[in-house]
Amino acid sequence: MYRKAASRRLEKADTLQPVTLPFFASSDDPGPDFVELLRTLKRQPELGGTALDPTQITHATTVVAIRSDDGVVMAGDRRATSGHLISHRNIEKVFPADGLSGVAIAGAAGPAMEMVRLFQLQLEHYEKVEGNPLSLEGKANQLSQMVRNNLPAAMQGLGVVPLFAGYDSQQEKGRLFQYDITGGRYEERDYGASGSGSLHAGTVIKLRHNGNLKQSEAVDLAIESLFHAADEDSATGGPDPIRGIYPVVAAITKDGFSRIPNEEIATRTGAILANLNGGVA
Amino acid sequence: MNMPMYVSPEQVMKDRADYARKGIARGRAAVGATYADGVLLCAENPSNTLRKVSEIYDRIGFIGVGKYNEFDQMRVAGVRHADLKGYSFSRQDVDARWLANQYAQTLGQYFTHEMKPLEVELLVAEMGEEPCGDQIFHLLYDGTVMDTRSFVVTGGEAEVIRSRMEETWQAEAPLDSTLQQAVAALAGPDRTLEADDLEVAVLARHNGRRAFRRIEGASLVALLGEA
Repeated sequence: MYRKAASRRLEKADTLQPVTLPFFASSDDPGPDFVELLRTLKRQPELGGTALDPTQITHATTVVAIRSDDGVVMAGDRRATSGHLISHRNIEKVFPADGLSGVAIAGAAGPAMEMVRLFQLQLEHYEKVEGNPLSLEGKANQLSQMVRNNLPAAMQGLGVVPLFAGYDSQQEKGRLFQYDITGGRYEERDYGASGSGSLHAGTVIKLRHNGNLKQSEAVDLAIESLFHAADEDSATGGPDPIRGIYPVVAAITKDGFSRIPNEEIATRTGAILANLNGGVA
Repeated sequence: MNMPMYVSPEQVMKDRADYARKGIARGRAAVGATYADGVLLCAENPSNTLRKVSEIYDRIGFIGVGKYNEFDQMRVAGVRHADLKGYSFSRQDVDARWLANQYAQTLGQYFTHEMKPLEVELLVAEMGEEPCGDQIFHLLYDGTVMDTRSFVVTGGEAEVIRSRMEETWQAEAPLDSTLQQAVAALAGPDRTLEADDLEVAVLARHNGRRAFRRIEGASLVALLGEA
């Protein structure tokens, strides 16, 4: 039975396949790894060809993560660009990864969204098959492998550089991780930033972070850092009160991932801008 | 030339069925029952680590009874199948009926074509948006599928437990009374089952995307009350 099913399945990747229960001989069993399962079933599309024209690819830009005393705050601006064109005004770049962690993306939007979807599924799949969730370190490592697997696409201009943050229930604190395009994983103590405006956003946070922020202070700092990034970087979108578009901000604490309502971000942005008045050179 | 000894197909099937039934009857029973806010999955299981009840997908739960390695293989295949389908299409496209059909195909295949049938009975439960959408599929070792909106008893002594359950079960009852009835039916008149002997989970409406929650420890003791 194993043999019959396996040979039928290993034929072609891109067509719709007859869906039968996936059983494997123990030597081919992918275990709790969903990505490996896709690979075993040859369901992963492969990229081919030469470098793509960057003006044709939608890019998502600046995201930040800031540690607070009760967890982590993650935020991202709302702009996506294709070359010099603004392709989306209200794209979202901050997502829950599972109950206790979040992922924020910068880079080529298509592969990045796909990576987030696969990452979310990977964590859930592991939890269901194994009966226990992965450790925070394990989740960070999984994402690192996904970024590394994306390296061939990155060489064609489809790089994805995410941020990962979560509440570590063993260490009882928020932790955050930065990545580079090769899948390098770097744990940061207080903050991380990724994307084209990350230099500016990171500098703002660096100057203000005292190592011990309350959640509300971290949210304000995230909004302010994205404002300054948008001020200096054309690919980062600033607050848009006319359309009511503000950064996506989420807080992760021991109670889980929760997105902060848009109205609250609007109010906080208003207060921050009022304070800046005259203070922006 | 050696002729294989003739055995009538009826006899083969009967032997296989007896074999599977014996294996299943050795294990302890489990109950799946709908209640007002979802579906209750309750198994008698003294082990804390070898699970009978588990999550398949957002609104789909699973109970396996019989031989552990065989139903666990089915559970993992179900999780993989559901996650693959949700990944290729959309999360809404994953439903219990379809999964139950796949299980039935596999069980039937084993029953007729393999050396020995699988010694398992499975229960696939799906929680609907409304109570009328709740559904429990009961799969037997030979691939037979039955569906119900009330309750299913599966495993050893299922008939006796079913008749006990029939006397007390009510549609859209609250969770605590449904659980107490299920536990009383599983235990019978001569025993009492403690929280430690049970594995309990619910697919609960208004529980977010993933409806499956295990009920363990103090909250299980509280729900059991003095029953």
